[in-house]
Amino acid sequence: MKSIYILIVLSPLIGSIITGLFGKKIGRVLSHRIAVLGVTISCLLSLYVLKVIIVDQMPAQNLTLYTWLGVGDLSIQIGFLVDKLTALMMCVVTFVSLMVHIYTIGYMHDDKGYQRFFSYISLFTFSMLMLVMSNNFLQLFFGWEAVGLVSYLLIGFWFEKDSAIFANMKAFLVNRVGDFGFLLGIAAIYTYCGSLDYDVVFSDPMIERLASTKINVWGTTEWTVITMVSIMLFVGAMGKSAQIPLHVWLPDSMEGPTPISALIHAATMVTAGIFMVARTSALFEMSDVALNFVIVIGALTAFLMGLIGIVQNDIKRVVAYSTLSQLGYMTVALGVSAYTAGIFHLMTHAFFKALLFLGAGSVIIAMHHDQDMRNMGGLKKYMPITYWTSLIGSLALIGFPFTSGFFSKDAIIHAVHLSKLEFAPFAYILVTAGVFITAFYTFRMFFMVFHGEERMDQHTKEHLKEPSWVVTMPLILLAIPSLVIGGLTVENILFGEYLKDVIHVMNPDHQVMSMMTAEFHGLLKFVWHGLWQPPFILSMCGVGLAWFIYIKKPSIAETCTKICSPIYKVLDKKYGFDEFNDVVFASGGRKLGGFLWKIGDVKLIDGLVVNGSAKLFAWLSEIIRKMQTGFLYHYAFVMILGLLGLLAWILIKLGIV
Amino acid sequence: MAFDFINIVTVLPEIVLLSMACVVLLIDLYTDSAEESLSYYLTQFTMVIVAAVIIIFAPEKTVLVFDGAYVSDNLSFVLKLSLCLLGFVVFVFSKKLLEDLKLDKSEYYALALFAMLGMMVMISAGNFLTIYLGLELLSLSLYSMIAMQRDSKRSVEVAMKYFVLGAVASGMLLYGISMIYGVTKSIQFDVIHEITMITGQSQLIMIFGLVFIVIGVAFKLGAVPFHMWLPDVYHGSSLPITLFIGSITKIAAFALIARVLVDGLEGLHASWKDMLAILAVLSLILGNIIAIAQKNIKRMFAYSTISHVGFIMLGLIAGNQLGYSASMFYTLVYALMATAGFGVLLMLSKNGIEAENIADLSGLSDRSPLLAVVMLVVMFSMAGVPPTVGFYAKLSVINAIVSSDMIWLALVAVFMSVVGAFYYLRIIKVMYFEKQDIIESVDNSFNERLFIGVNGLTILLLGLYPTTLMMLCSASFK
Repeated sequence: MKSIYILIVLSPLIGSIITGLFGKKIGRVLSHRIAVLGVTISCLLSLYVLKVIIVDQMPAQNLTLYTWLGVGDLSIQIGFLVDKLTALMMCVVTFVSLMVHIYTIGYMHDDKGYQRFFSYISLFTFSMLMLVMSNNFLQLFFGWEAVGLVSYLLIGFWFEKDSAIFANMKAFLVNRVGDFGFLLGIAAIYTYCGSLDYDVVFSDPMIERLASTKINVWGTTEWTVITMVSIMLFVGAMGKSAQIPLHVWLPDSMEGPTPISALIHAATMVTAGIFMVARTSALFEMSDVALNFVIVIGALTAFLMGLIGIVQNDIKRVVAYSTLSQLGYMTVALGVSAYTAGIFHLMTHAFFKALLFLGAGSVIIAMHHDQDMRNMGGLKKYMPITYWTSLIGSLALIGFPFTSGFFSKDAIIHAVHLSKLEFAPFAYILVTAGVFITAFYTFRMFFMVFHGEERMDQHTKEHLKEPSWVVTMPLILLAIPSLVIGGLTVENILFGEYLKDVIHVMNPDHQVMSMMTAEFHGLLKFVWHGLWQPPFILSMCGVGLAWFIYIKKPSIAETCTKICSPIYKVLDKKYGFDEFNDVVFASGGRKLGGFLWKIGDVKLIDGLVVNGSAKLFAWLSEIIRKMQTGFLYHYAFVMILGLLGLLAWILIKLGIV
Repeated sequence: MAFDFINIVTVLPEIVLLSMACVVLLIDLYTDSAEESLSYYLTQFTMVIVAAVIIIFAPEKTVLVFDGAYVSDNLSFVLKLSLCLLGFVVFVFSKKLLEDLKLDKSEYYALALFAMLGMMVMISAGNFLTIYLGLELLSLSLYSMIAMQRDSKRSVEVAMKYFVLGAVASGMLLYGISMIYGVTKSIQFDVIHEITMITGQSQLIMIFGLVFIVIGVAFKLGAVPFHMWLPDVYHGSSLPITLFIGSITKIAAFALIARVLVDGLEGLHASWKDMLAILAVLSLILGNIIAIAQKNIKRMFAYSTISHVGFIMLGLIAGNQLGYSASMFYTLVYALMATAGFGVLLMLSKNGIEAENIADLSGLSDRSPLLAVVMLVVMFSMAGVPPTVGFYAKLSVINAIVSSDMIWLALVAVFMSVVGAFYYLRIIKVMYFEKQDIIESVDNSFNERLFIGVNGLTILLLGLYPTTLMMLCSASFK
């Protein structure tokens, strides 16, 4: 199995290296073939690993590939931990990545950075696999940073555009904040556990020790180490999974090409935070403070970001805000200890959100890269495949019965309902209301794009057609799991024993999943029960309202905007997070930086330390080099001096002179 | 002395090498000048054959033959093999410039092969006589190689300087050996080892002998203050010869120091430790500081070599397996880095005109991205930046020093590495950030590009996966 794991990881990397370094030479066709081949190998082998784990009941494997170096007690190793959670993530990542690779052939067809793009997304696949397959925190951090790097490169893929450069800088800086917390968390783990390996850190005695050690965080407030570690790790997750207030980079990341919005900023990378929290659930479980923190952040993100989605007119931004809101749902699920529900939603969301993004991309191709929904409408008859697949994606997103999103979202909301944590009732209100909002903005977008009057100009209208098969095939292949994967796996993953060995919820107050399992009596009953619950009713109301406003009586939309103009403004400004960051952090940071630069950098460090020492050594160097006179007898003389010096040293040391 | 089969098998690599050197020398008589590259191919063939013989007849345990004059053990296996591998690469890199300089006669290759033979003899030496024999064979070949460019005044001058200073150093080494012999009545390393382990520091005459021997060894390595020949020789020789001296002879120099000080005089460790510490600190400080002022890149490399020699000696100072193997690791890695570094310079040379000023590298990233990247890797590695192998080499030496409680030495080493980073990074700055007005294209044969690429890649890969090489090194010192 070891060689299979290595192959899974390395084949996208090799593809990336070849297309990156030799892309120009081998041409476009060969480049995309190599990249697609690499990911296909990865995907097939991942499916094989999943099969071995499920069918052949292979136990979790923890392998160390090699030790890079050891310093004191810290040994830095590269290794894989392949259990059921990892296998699931590997399949999701490689499958979506493969779809996106194929889709890219069509979407980026005329772009001059074609090979560069393939190199980046293959590199991304490699990094993401390193992240999910890691068996220690340092390698996790490596993958974490590597996916961040690729994300940065891809947001700024069209680097001639100023807005793209601004967006990737923003993503980079905001993620720095999150990563700082994450790194502190890892450092704290190393300080208190003396190791970074999962199996050491998550062992019972170690968890016990972390939970019982207390430290002073601020003044006299005492926190357990485990609370501090969990919160710091979660700050990392907040950056990567774009939770309030570190969410600001994700909407701007839509400046990148659409395929990567689907792959990186919807399906895989942004869920790395969710994955990481599930992976470290053993730590979070021991701290109710941390869990409450997670719940509040997640619920706020789920609700507030959904609201913004309502007022967006850029088709990709609507999907982006919906991603933020769905990430909030996953986070809430983690907070109420329903890790399985979170992971389950992560999986279903990866499929239907990638589908929605690629569908949006397909629309964008047809519209000649116009992303404004106010210029669309009535696309249904021109683009049937995109229409039907997007419908499936939208239904899954709002949690329509029997679609995959139904099972995962319902499970989360139900879990929040059952949770006994302090902030769970608060979260319950927000996530339930969020369902209505989700349905509203999703179908607002759907109706504005595919139905209603055709608002595009004549030229665009004449060229409206379905893009080529490399674009539509991934849509169809993603629509299938979006529709059925939830129903097929709900018994096993959500209520079954699939993740039993990975995630342990011991605390009797946190047993929401086992309570739900007890209530579960088969698929049909689950759906039937769901039909009479508030989430379903609310979502139908949302769809109805969207239909009424945008199809039945489009004039209402104008009026509504006018009536609610204060709210509209707040939403349009996205609650002012960007302005706040600009004024306080960006300009404040610049001022502080300017001050420190003048005093600290220019005078002290540059002047005294750097240039000073450089000048000192240059000066010394000029003097000492004169020793090298070029005369043979000087050289011999120095040798003799050296001999006498050593002899004298020995004599003095032995006490003879 | 019986000429047993075991004796012959053990020295088989040397026998093959010697025969081939003679063949190369003779073949010149029977070929006309048009087939000049025949001797090149014969030489490369020799490298491969010798490497094959070394691998096939690798000893399972330490073998002493010819009454203890000759040793075949793990140390000799690893060093000889790397000698052949690097030798092969060195010849690939040198070929073009040698042709341009009209130096590609069989004399050059024969001398190079004799020098290799000398190094191998040093590596396998079991007593003072053998090691001296190897040393002189190497030195004499090197003197003549440098002087081969007869119409270059500079080459002849440095050959002369090197020869005279080398003679002085050899004299000191022999004098030291005679004192040791006077006390121990033996020139055998294993016998001397036993005696010194018992007597320790008690006999003054031994310590005196040791001083002279250390000086002889330090001269070969190029440690301050016995380094004066080194910048001149690097600068004055033509690049192929600088490459030869700058890379693979360091392996032999390490063998010299390991055989004499570790195999032979380990019992006097307390004394030579101090001497080496002085020399190492001086080398680190002087090498790094003077390198800053150099405008000629060959001289810069020369001073950087001196500072690396400081590091190699630091490992030995630790005086245990950890230190010895770290030092050996450092030597092999240094030889690898120097080969790539000089290799890039060789490839930049055109029509017999050498690239030797730092300014010649400006804008290299535009002219030849491959060479620029390789040089970048070499510079990072020499400066000790992870994940290149140079980082790991420095780390393991410093680790050995720290675990022997010589923190101040480690501090000097680290501090001087920071100073050293200055001139390494300057090369990178010149290559990537300074543009040349006229972009001259650089064209190299496929072989050259392949080997320089592999060489650079090895520096990276060994940095990511240093374990195997490190294990080979620690297995060499039991």
